[in-house]
Amino acid sequence: MGTTDTNASVRSPGKRLGFRKSLMTLAASVMLATSAQAATPSTADVNTTDLAVTDDTVTVGILHSITGTMAISEIGSVQAEKLAIEQINESGGVLGRQIEFVQEDGASDWPTFAEKSRKLLRQDNVAAIFGAWTSASRKAILPVIEQYNGMLYYPTFYEGLEQSPNVVYTGQEATQQILAGIDWAVKEKGAKSFYLLGSDYIWPRTSNKIARKHIDKLGLKVVGEEYYPLGHTQFNSVINKIKLKKPDVIFASVVGGSNVAFYKQMKAAGVDFTDEKPLLLTISVTEDEIRGIGGDNVEGIYASMKYFQSLDNPNNNEFVAAFKETYGDDMVIGDVTQAAYLGPWLWKAAVEKAGSFDIDKIREEFAGIEFTKAPEGYVRIHENHHLWSKTRIGQAQVDGQYKVVHETEELMEPDPFPEGYQ
Amino acid sequence: MFDGYTSSELMSIFAMQGFAGLSLFSVFVLMAMGLAIIFGQMGVINMAHGEFMILGAYTTYLTSGFFQSYLPGLFGGYFFFAIILAFLICAVLGALVEWLMIRHLYHRPLDTLLATWGLSLIMQQAYRSIFGAREVGVDLPEWMMGAFQVTDLVELPINGLFVMIIALSIAVAVYLLMYRSGWGKNVRAVVQNRSMAEAVGINSAGIDRATFALGCGIAGIAGAAFTMIGSTGPSSGQAYIVDTFLVVVFGGAQSLIGTIISAFGISQAQSTMEFFLSGSMAKVLTLLVVVGILMLRPEGLMALKVRR
Repeated sequence: MGTTDTNASVRSPGKRLGFRKSLMTLAASVMLATSAQAATPSTADVNTTDLAVTDDTVTVGILHSITGTMAISEIGSVQAEKLAIEQINESGGVLGRQIEFVQEDGASDWPTFAEKSRKLLRQDNVAAIFGAWTSASRKAILPVIEQYNGMLYYPTFYEGLEQSPNVVYTGQEATQQILAGIDWAVKEKGAKSFYLLGSDYIWPRTSNKIARKHIDKLGLKVVGEEYYPLGHTQFNSVINKIKLKKPDVIFASVVGGSNVAFYKQMKAAGVDFTDEKPLLLTISVTEDEIRGIGGDNVEGIYASMKYFQSLDNPNNNEFVAAFKETYGDDMVIGDVTQAAYLGPWLWKAAVEKAGSFDIDKIREEFAGIEFTKAPEGYVRIHENHHLWSKTRIGQAQVDGQYKVVHETEELMEPDPFPEGYQ
Repeated sequence: MFDGYTSSELMSIFAMQGFAGLSLFSVFVLMAMGLAIIFGQMGVINMAHGEFMILGAYTTYLTSGFFQSYLPGLFGGYFFFAIILAFLICAVLGALVEWLMIRHLYHRPLDTLLATWGLSLIMQQAYRSIFGAREVGVDLPEWMMGAFQVTDLVELPINGLFVMIIALSIAVAVYLLMYRSGWGKNVRAVVQNRSMAEAVGINSAGIDRATFALGCGIAGIAGAAFTMIGSTGPSSGQAYIVDTFLVVVFGGAQSLIGTIISAFGISQAQSTMEFFLSGSMAKVLTLLVVVGILMLRPEGLMALKVRR
């Protein structure tokens, strides 16, 4: 009895798989034949690469830090992506399918981002990943997403010098944000000397390299350049140095919890930014960060972004209202949060244009896709997977909001590999 | 670097830099004093020390909110009340933790390390769940903000002065407690020879609990003081814990004077180097020097000679 049993169970795996495969093909063709919904393309048509797509649902991944030092910044992105997904579902979904999402926590730890993105692509077979915030986390995800041919929708303004076929960059890159900001400071405020200060990792270092080149090109001076480890909390020495050097502009790219310590200590040292002596121009303080820092500690600083919550246009008014209704009246919305909101909508537009969820097919459709309901007004995807968008300069007010003081007239073309800046 | 400035400007810059160094020194002293008592006197490695500090900070945040809503007239003085409250709450929690967990692990230092690390994770998540993952802003009364104008060019931040006063008071209080009081004598007796101390009638379990509670209470005061200069969030404690252990171990774990000396040394080295070099490089060099000295003298700067 024993031997016959084992014989029976040792059927060649190939045969068993073959049987299962033909059963599935039979089931699929039955489903195809009985699919009455002409509007909903069949799963076999729209998904030829084994993504997590069924007749009614499609699964995407959300990968941000909800714990650790970056949580203060990334939670807004998660909220925005979830809001976008909810609104898309309410309006019928993508190719007639409701979006479901798997959320993972990067925990402010870059190797964790790589590990979780691998899990989302291999185990969950997500059709898109909305995630990452710091450049370090994006760089960690990059090899994984290129190896398994996924698509990452990355919301943060960053230093450029990258153009992956597997990433859509919904935030500004350096030329749009940094160069425009420095040009404004020079033209409108007559700035002649700059002090560059940032946290110690790739984004501030590369941003300052680009800023320095631009400042040198304009024939102006960089009087100091400093980096402090992420999480550093004692800034008294650098504040004294800044007082010693007396720059016209402090160009700040301090990130995360260090922001709170830096601005509090600046204020305690008697620096009043509304005097604009020195003027502080930052590329890393959005409405989200001000919430933790305190409006009266940053009153008077300028930020170079593409979006501010105070923008007055019909898209943004609707967006802010919907966001507050979903998450509470005291919510604030920063630049990255808005860029994260764009991600699902741009993905949906690409999928519907391609008529498929397959990554290779939607990649062909990216260039030229417009989104006219963007809270920042209007964006368009460029062939280099970045967005055409306007740059704005805002001045921080005591209530934690920014007052827009300058806006570029035209959309700025994204140029992640500017000549002469590498 | 120094050309183009008048000598009075240079003097004022050096004065402010000296003050910055002293400010950093007081921060280190406050952070390290609580841990020095726990680690130094009791040999317990408390990885949750940073989280106790943040508990003090959150207490200050709640006190600030309470005074703003219910006692706005007294808001100017809420900070002193917050410090006392932070001390009490952290001390009570410390006593509870000691009774529940630490007392079973006295002869197992690696296990206390693991257990207190787990405690720190639990506390961080508790803060996240109760207060939210974002950092909270603590409002200060008007008189505590801004700078104190000593001369035309020298400006000393008021909260820096405040931190220094608190650090000094704590250091003096701990000294008086440990070396000039009856209770302190009991603590030292238990540390030096537990069985003999018990033989003369000292309740060593009670002493342990009180000492741990004192250490945690001081951590709470440090956290309250830090709301003035830093951020208060669930994982903010992690920014302090490494420096704290560094100061305590470098000074010689069993010596409170050693802790103060090492805090002074490390803070002056770091702040001077930060002034002349960049922030990250200063940290690297400071750590290299500390590592070098510890390799030559593993017991730290001031090692107490104790009969074993």
